[in-house]
Amino acid sequence: MSARATASPPRRRLPRRARELLLADGGLGDAVLRGLCVAAGVISVLILAEVAYQVITGSSLAVSRFGLGFLVHTQWAPNFGRFGAATTIFGTIVCSAIALVLATPLAIAIAIYLSMMAPRGVRVVVGPMVEMLAAIPSVIVGFWGVIVLAPFLQAHVEPFLHDTLGFIPIFGPPETTGLSVFTGGLILTVMVVPIIASLSRDLFLTVPAELKDGAEALGATRWEVIRGVVLPTTVSGVAAATMLGLGRALGEAIAVAQVIGAGNDIHASLFETGNTLASRIALEFSGTTSKLYTSSLFYLALILLAIGVGTNLIAQTIARRYDVHRTFV
Amino acid sequence: MLSEMDPTAPLTPSGNLRRRIAVSRLMTAAAIASAVIAVAALAIVVFAVASRGAPAISLGFLTHDPPQFGGPGGGIASAIVGTTLIVAIAAAMATPLGVLTALYLSEYARPRSRAAQMIRMALDLMQGLPSIIVGVVVFGLIVNPEHRESGFAGSVALAIIMLPLIARSGQEVLLLVPQNLREAADALGVRRWRSILGIVLPSALPGIVTGTILSIARAAGETAPLLILSGLFMPGTTFNLFGQAVPNIPMLIFNASEAADPTGFARAWGAALVLLVIILIANIGARVLLARSRARMSG
Repeated sequence: MSARATASPPRRRLPRRARELLLADGGLGDAVLRGLCVAAGVISVLILAEVAYQVITGSSLAVSRFGLGFLVHTQWAPNFGRFGAATTIFGTIVCSAIALVLATPLAIAIAIYLSMMAPRGVRVVVGPMVEMLAAIPSVIVGFWGVIVLAPFLQAHVEPFLHDTLGFIPIFGPPETTGLSVFTGGLILTVMVVPIIASLSRDLFLTVPAELKDGAEALGATRWEVIRGVVLPTTVSGVAAATMLGLGRALGEAIAVAQVIGAGNDIHASLFETGNTLASRIALEFSGTTSKLYTSSLFYLALILLAIGVGTNLIAQTIARRYDVHRTFV
Repeated sequence: MLSEMDPTAPLTPSGNLRRRIAVSRLMTAAAIASAVIAVAALAIVVFAVASRGAPAISLGFLTHDPPQFGGPGGGIASAIVGTTLIVAIAAAMATPLGVLTALYLSEYARPRSRAAQMIRMALDLMQGLPSIIVGVVVFGLIVNPEHRESGFAGSVALAIIMLPLIARSGQEVLLLVPQNLREAADALGVRRWRSILGIVLPSALPGIVTGTILSIARAAGETAPLLILSGLFMPGTTFNLFGQAVPNIPMLIFNASEAADPTGFARAWGAALVLLVIILIANIGARVLLARSRARMSG
């Protein structure tokens, strides 16, 4: 009897199975949710492909016109149809270098303090405060940079540096406004410090306590523990954190555009105006007067994209071993 | 020689050890000083914005549009409305996509499968994209074909910026959901999709909400894409995101910083204060929420 019941003709069972699928706990729900999730993942990849496609097609006119010479050509004269990226590449490198040189030791010191020295009460307050620095919108930091920081630097810091270290050409005489590559680098420092600091702090916390205790038991001072045990075991992770900070510095457009003074030439002195890849795109993109002009800005974006993806890939390759993630910092 | 080894003398470091301790103290002091510098930088910027912005804030400031032809006075109502709309639409696009991507990575994909690695890498690269490039790309995608800036294009760009943040933070929280919850549901014969929607997602919800709030806070202050996509606008309030640039707070501040006449500065400082307060509150709130849910999940 039971055999008969289960062996009912398939035609009559199909609608019931379809109903089951749709209702209680059928496989349709599984298929739908899985499909949606896969689709969402695919969209992420597609967006990235679209980014590459748009930047490459947008720049194709300038790429075919100027070729690789664009990278070393210093002139940027839209009215004469002459475009070159060398000035902005130089500005980008100088600004990012200032930011990294200042931010890396500062951030590592902060990370050391937060992970190994600060009492708990201080740690839970100062840690989030450092990260909060990264949450301030760059346009606000830049606005503060234009109105408050740049005049201050021009009036006090730049003359001091020029007087004491003026024999080095990079510390030339101060200009009139304080809008300069130097100011841009300092603003970037403010933005890069939280990234490197919070990532390094998380890394330092992963160093096994036995290693540190062992070193201390052998009579090492606190600094010797840090220099001999903590830093060597995390050095590549810290390098990855620095690369992520570099990525941020390279790509920051708005704050730099506000304080760098949009100069068109290469200067030895840091106190002169300049421009970076990102800041030139930001400042000029809406005001282009020819197709070639727009395409040249796309070419700058292509260079920026290539450098940015490169730094990111390097950082990722290192970071994967350390589980370093930059999410909100 | 013997006279130096006085057994009653107190044990004090000497010579090399004294130097090592001094170096250690010096480095400790340097580390503390660095932390002080970072906190001071935050305090200086926040104080500058607060002290210069506070005088501008009033009810009228929040409810009036800026004057039509520039100059002092007026408020930032149109920019508040615009930023709210642009960010809301961006969040409406990015949140479902981000959460679904997170679910795929944590619930469906095998962690080492090629697809999962590719998507993770795509998210990381997307997060590392300079926001100005996102702006340029959306310009080529939406603004260029229409020959018109639009608030919606701004929303799309912000959504691209938010997507990896929501997906990666969501994935991290989903991984914290105890495996035995899933196994218990499997043992009871619950279908996968129901256990995901009914058990896994709800237990990860506080973390996902936190991630979404933080990405919204990030997007609200993002300026570079809007400069290209929604930068040339009329000062009046508008609720239409399509076919026209929409006033927004970041661009209002940026325009003031580029302007030669300082009459707009007071308004820009006020706008900066409004934006900063919203962002800092969102950040602090989200962190508190996250700490609580983490404690509950791991405790």
